[in-house]
Amino acid sequence: MYAFTYQRPTSLADAATAIQADEAKLLGGGQTLLPTLKQRLARPTDLIDLGAIPDLKGIREADGGLEIGAFTRHAEVAHSDLVKRVIPALASLAEGIGDRQVRNMGTMGGSIANADPSADYPSAVVALKATVTTDRRTIAGDDFFTGMFETALEPGEIVKAVRFSRPDKAAYAKFRNPASRYAIVGVFVARFGAEVRVAVTGAAGSVFRATAFETALAADFRAEALNGLSVKADGLNADIHASADYRAHLVTVMAKRAVEAAG
Amino acid sequence: MANPNGIGASVRRREDQRFLTGRGNYTDDFKRLNMTHAVHVRSPYAHARILGIDFADAAAMPGVVAVLTGADMEADKVGSLPCGWQIHSKDGSPMKEPPHYPLARDRVRYVGDAVAVVIAETREQARDAAEMVVVDYEELPAVGSSTRAIDGGAPLVHDDAPDNVCFDWHLGDKAAVDAAFANAAHVARIDLVNQRLVPNAMEPRAAMGEYDQSSGEYTLTTTSQNPHVTRLLMGAFVLGIPEHKLRVMAPDVGGGFGSKIFHYGEEAVVTWAARRVGRPVKWTADRSESFLTDAHGRDHVSHAELAMDADGNFLALRVSTLANLGAYLSTFAPSIPTYLYATLLAGQYKTPAIYAEVKAVFTNTSPVDAYRGAGRPEACYLIERLVDVAAGVVGMDKTEIRRRNFVPKEAMPYQTPVALQYDTGDFAKNLDIALPLVDYPGFQRRRAESKARGKLRGIGFATYIEACGIAPSNVAGALGARAGLYECAEVRFHPTGSVTVFTGSHSHGQGHETTFAQIVAERFGIPIENVEIVHGDTNKIPFGMGTYGSRSLAVGGSALVKAMDKVERKARKIAAHMLEAAETDIEVKDGRFTVAGTDKSLGIGDIALQAYVPHNFPLDELEPGLDEQAFYDPKNFTYPNGCHVCELEIDPDTGVTTIVNFAAVDDFGNVINPLIVEGQVHGGLVQGIGQALYENCVYDEESGQLVTGSYMDYCMPRADDVPSFTVRYHEDQPCTHNPLGVKGCGEAGTIGAAAAVMNAVVDALSDYGVTHMDMPATPEKVWRVIRDATPAMAAE
Repeated sequence: MYAFTYQRPTSLADAATAIQADEAKLLGGGQTLLPTLKQRLARPTDLIDLGAIPDLKGIREADGGLEIGAFTRHAEVAHSDLVKRVIPALASLAEGIGDRQVRNMGTMGGSIANADPSADYPSAVVALKATVTTDRRTIAGDDFFTGMFETALEPGEIVKAVRFSRPDKAAYAKFRNPASRYAIVGVFVARFGAEVRVAVTGAAGSVFRATAFETALAADFRAEALNGLSVKADGLNADIHASADYRAHLVTVMAKRAVEAAG
Repeated sequence: MANPNGIGASVRRREDQRFLTGRGNYTDDFKRLNMTHAVHVRSPYAHARILGIDFADAAAMPGVVAVLTGADMEADKVGSLPCGWQIHSKDGSPMKEPPHYPLARDRVRYVGDAVAVVIAETREQARDAAEMVVVDYEELPAVGSSTRAIDGGAPLVHDDAPDNVCFDWHLGDKAAVDAAFANAAHVARIDLVNQRLVPNAMEPRAAMGEYDQSSGEYTLTTTSQNPHVTRLLMGAFVLGIPEHKLRVMAPDVGGGFGSKIFHYGEEAVVTWAARRVGRPVKWTADRSESFLTDAHGRDHVSHAELAMDADGNFLALRVSTLANLGAYLSTFAPSIPTYLYATLLAGQYKTPAIYAEVKAVFTNTSPVDAYRGAGRPEACYLIERLVDVAAGVVGMDKTEIRRRNFVPKEAMPYQTPVALQYDTGDFAKNLDIALPLVDYPGFQRRRAESKARGKLRGIGFATYIEACGIAPSNVAGALGARAGLYECAEVRFHPTGSVTVFTGSHSHGQGHETTFAQIVAERFGIPIENVEIVHGDTNKIPFGMGTYGSRSLAVGGSALVKAMDKVERKARKIAAHMLEAAETDIEVKDGRFTVAGTDKSLGIGDIALQAYVPHNFPLDELEPGLDEQAFYDPKNFTYPNGCHVCELEIDPDTGVTTIVNFAAVDDFGNVINPLIVEGQVHGGLVQGIGQALYENCVYDEESGQLVTGSYMDYCMPRADDVPSFTVRYHEDQPCTHNPLGVKGCGEAGTIGAAAAVMNAVVDALSDYGVTHMDMPATPEKVWRVIRDATPAMAAE
């Protein structure tokens, strides 16, 4: 990697100041940024490590749902009794991210701010009607992801926490890339009373909702309700591991499996 | 009393303590005063002309000691990396052998080809400066695959290799094969690809060069499987350094799988540069460089046909293979798709006539050479897939068609129609052991049960035979080898009775420090702790040939036995002298030397002490010392063989394949350490399964860019991808021509597994009309086959 100045602020205000520096980058768990730096694919002047800011940490029950600090590691979400009780599907999603090393380092804020098209958390943010709190404002989960590696965050804006609503039933099912183990397709299904949300990650440039699936499941929350339904392959991702039509097929398969798992 | 750590004991690997606690001593761990660091500037193009190299800015960067190019090497008269095996084409002409310079001179021929080297105080400084080297390339059209290479107007990788052909070789009796096909009742045919693989040793390649101005001696520390060969090739052909002034050390090496057999350009660069800059120079590959520049494996495109009579007896086999050698000839590249491949095409079957043609071509890709199994997995995969197709053609059970065509035990030694003579093997026995392990009669029930759950179940068999311990030097020489293929050992008793063994074999994961010590402990009745195994240093050991082709125990172990025989003869003389008896009256057992019929006896320790304190030796008859050396040149290859069975389940909704059972029955001859053998089989099986289901090295056909250049895209098998294996071996058929009766076990798993898995995949998909699928059987490939077949099935 190229040389950079390492900073480790202890308050959100200090971090917000530090990130103003030219070409500064925020460092969460570093699971994407550090490999990028090691490959010399990025050349930040400053790395602002968010790991020493108490305001960014912790998992709390809030408004019947959960508020999870941005600097909460995947393993903490996966193993939290509170998460397992309130939204078990979220704990199970976290338990399936990457491998043990990734889960012990990677953070929720880092994952959603990076907005990798094959990351897992974006599906939960959308399906669980989350809101994202930053050091400046609150952003609806539905508005947060704007494209491939793109979010509604402004330059220098820091994610503080994510608030998830508590669903009646929910589950996440994903099909892993056999090499990288990222999601080729991940589907988060959540039912809130009469409303059902189906959020799909991995398949396209950014997380999206399968609205036809939602309508069908709102009427009949069983896997069979999705028979004959599929998302269009047009515009889906395609690479050596999965073509667009295979991904489209997997969206239905994973959605059905999520519904079955949600029970 | 049997030695608890002797032959046949599952002694835990003595070397693991240091490996598992981070105390191994690998090439990159070596540090020297004033050491500098080298980083290579590599071509981003698969094929380009070098118009100029501007390194003025790079040379001025902080910490930079030197920037060196191919022109500097040329000025110093550095030679081309030599090829160790020469093949002649059908027409008698020698293979094309274009030069392969450590640093490219006028043209680059694959992505990763080295153009310049930057030497700096730190690795980061060298990397910074390497990015500042400006190479002016004129990009040329590239050839990214073997099929494209021979496709008429393809660009030429080397101007003096027309049609990109290195050689066009054949083996066997074409006329006999043609005649057999003319009279065949049935013919089975297959077209298949044995895809290219990246070796992926855990430790990347590394090399450190040193030059001592006062003595004029060079030292190369390197990640090598055979340091003596590297010393010979680099010293004599590349750098012109006489061997007594060149030491090559291969310390702990973290896996090779063949990829560290070869002499690589970086080794020559650091050794040469160390003298140029007057300081030690170290280079360590990063993982991206490993993907780009380690010699890759496999990469065959083949067509094969099997002629049978009405009863499914094999009459003749005809094979045509296109082999990709990459951009340059790696050290042993030409031998892999020829003498290590076509000679194995008889497999375990008594097919009377075989004819194989192999066209080997250059492409703008990384060089291809031996990778675990090296030619033999390609042969096994082709035969065993073809036999499954043949079973379908004649309507026979897949085990029965094999059994019917096995070379019977009674026919041993058996001369195949493709040059080899098998010494021993009981192939029916392997199958007999395997079938109950997988409850073959119960398979149809399990298949129905899977179907009820919406899953597709398949079972696949593969039998294999390999030729290991590569052969007598005279035979290899006649076949084009430019090296001998013997092995050496020295057994040195110390005055206090401990032993140091110097072996020319090299351990980079095989566990020689344990198994070789077991052999010595057993022979002399001494504790294993008293035996040290030294390998991997040309200044310590006699000229050895290293480790590859599952040869260490069969060849290196035999040399060790020969050296121990010499030690025992000498010890007997000493014992006779000390016990005042005739030499012929001395009986030797477990390291005790006893005068027959008496209780007068000496241990080997007593004798060793006397050997070095020869106060009353008759010196004209008896030299002091107990230190003997031997070279062993094998009489024949060894022929490990076995039967692998894979049972798996496919999820038709996703195309995911899950292996539910895998049984491997092997005949390795006598086994020294069952624990290590089982470990070798496990590792080999996972590599074979990796090829069948996961691994695939992909180059863009047009641009020659490596598409799978990292673990994000190159899929390695992982622990949770494989089941708990059922591994069995028998020792009924020991090798008849080496003293330990051993055959070798290092590659077997890799050779049988891929064919067993793919036969099972095809079996699982047989309801969909599938008769073949190329590796790897990725989820999408499997799903697509099912999807495309389903409408047709529904219409029926």
